[in-house]
Amino acid sequence: MYEMTGARAIIGLLERQGIDTIAGIPGGANLPLYDALRDSRTIRHVLCRHEQGAGFLAQGIARSTGQAAVCFATSGPGATNILTAIADAYLDSIPLVCITGQVPTSLIGTDAFQEVDIYGLSIPITKHNYLVRSADDLLRILPEAFTLALSGRPGPVLIDVPKDIQTATIRFARWPEPGCRREVPAADGEAIAQAARLIDAAERPILCLGGGIIHGGASDLARELAEKCSLPTTMTLMGLGAMPADHPLALGMLGMHAARSTNMALQECDLFIAAGARFDDRATGKLVEFCPGAGIVHMDIDASEVSKLKTATVGLVGDVRHTLAALLPLVRRRSRGAWRHTTAMLRRMYPMTLPEATVPERPYGLILKVAELLDEEAVVVTDVGKHQMWTAQVYPFSRPRQLLTSGGLGTMGFGLPTAIGAALAMPQRPVVLFTGDGSLQMNLQELATAVEQRANVKILVMNNRSLGLVRQQQRLFYNERHIACDFQLDVDFCTIARGYGIPSFNAPAGCDLDSLLRQVFAVPGPCLVNVLVGREEEVYPMVPPGAANSEMLGGFYAERCTC
Amino acid sequence: MLNDALAELSAEERGATLELTVNNHPGVMSHICGLFSRRAYNLEGIVCLPQGDGATSRMWLRVNENAKLQQVMRQVEKLPDVLALVHHPAEHEIFSLVGRFTA
Repeated sequence: MYEMTGARAIIGLLERQGIDTIAGIPGGANLPLYDALRDSRTIRHVLCRHEQGAGFLAQGIARSTGQAAVCFATSGPGATNILTAIADAYLDSIPLVCITGQVPTSLIGTDAFQEVDIYGLSIPITKHNYLVRSADDLLRILPEAFTLALSGRPGPVLIDVPKDIQTATIRFARWPEPGCRREVPAADGEAIAQAARLIDAAERPILCLGGGIIHGGASDLARELAEKCSLPTTMTLMGLGAMPADHPLALGMLGMHAARSTNMALQECDLFIAAGARFDDRATGKLVEFCPGAGIVHMDIDASEVSKLKTATVGLVGDVRHTLAALLPLVRRRSRGAWRHTTAMLRRMYPMTLPEATVPERPYGLILKVAELLDEEAVVVTDVGKHQMWTAQVYPFSRPRQLLTSGGLGTMGFGLPTAIGAALAMPQRPVVLFTGDGSLQMNLQELATAVEQRANVKILVMNNRSLGLVRQQQRLFYNERHIACDFQLDVDFCTIARGYGIPSFNAPAGCDLDSLLRQVFAVPGPCLVNVLVGREEEVYPMVPPGAANSEMLGGFYAERCTC
Repeated sequence: MLNDALAELSAEERGATLELTVNNHPGVMSHICGLFSRRAYNLEGIVCLPQGDGATSRMWLRVNENAKLQQVMRQVEKLPDVLALVHHPAEHEIFSLVGRFTA
């Protein structure tokens, strides 16, 4: 018979779950939990400087490993601060278990000090959430939370634990089994056969790989399908890395900032095969004009995604890995010479970059130089903004989980704490963060965490002293009526970094970027490089928000385009 | 005649009922109602009663049949606290019984 406090039971359950790192910040309502954590021999706590940083640090662990990660926050402001990271995990389907302290049960509903209804607040941004009402329930709730976070479409789960539940004593005979991912079978066999017939019959099919391929560990099978059927393959932002960028069938990202050739090929296709992708508006543009005239095969583990936005000709609800495995033997090997010739010709006519844009002084040049110096072992993290889209456009991602980026929620401030989490989870891999001056300042305080944890994170600030994508939209769609996009203060990021004890470098125009970056990558531990980027450097091509993907503005050889 | 009259009613106006079996604890109602409110989809009526030993409840939701219904039903089915969902394409008689109190 075991006898212990609720707090000790929570820590024991997390240990048995295999959790070795927890990010968080203590406060009045979760002190018993921290007191119990002090006795843990296997869990390392990472003290962050803001709860949002703790949430993203846990995301960095979850996104880089595919395992559920844990974060702690206290009641009230601690809990509200962590909500953005939870919403971000929800939109990108990241398994996260967030444990918040709550005021004692007897004070709930009295507007007690630091009381906020975090259960109510987190309902629409979690897969499931709990307000623990009895300490005995912890033995059921903790394993269940991990099972839910990892199973089916992954996502965040929040457990709100009142302080008296943490201090209550419970007795039990046996520890429960740890929670684990429940297997989901392949889609219905008849539907798979129907999809195979559609694929065999299509003359101009395109395969689209989304984040679900990465969550489902299905990139190898997706690639087999593409190769067997000669399917030109595009990827969503969340799917980048599912097929290596240099693969002859890879078309890169689709949507708002895709290469012209990719969106043009999609206009021509007669069958769109979406695998683990959810037809996000940034990917599809104006939906009624997306892949006009194409049939849709939609594979997704979440039945509510199939035909949510675009009616599927065939919906394949199930685990995409099992579904692809069942589909592969049913499809015919085809070479599709004419269609592959068309897509190859489009790619030659409308390249993503030109030599003049890839010099080291320009954004693409910096990103490609970094890629040249790192191998596929490296983890690439981005923040949100122009630097994120430039990285998505040209970085040659070659494996799943190589890119960690905030896709659905687009959270500025995501990058630094997520990069730290990835560096702690994958100490053998170099982690490089592409960020902007706007994004970095949204969770700048986590520089302290990077130093304390000796996280091997190389921070590259693409500094245009503005909110670049806002500026670009004001220029293109608001007659250059700029407001609230240019920072008046030119922050000296190198001095800031030094204040935290982080080595830092300025990379002025014309500097020897190659030798500077080699020097930066050679030394382990955090380092910051500030690179000035012209305010006028825009992200092109760009589909205006709400417009069809065929209406691309700017970019190379735009004048050749008649659509 | 009846069919013609029904066809004249727009899809928006046709009533339907969702009958749910759910775990009975605080917060379940909030999870379900939230799926409607965040889609700007009104719940026209709710009847909810505990059943058996009180561990579960039966819930009837009166809604107007529209394009959002299928998506909401799929979301409802995903909630861990929802044990069963039945869609009645017409208004359930429980609402006419309860309706006596509002007459």
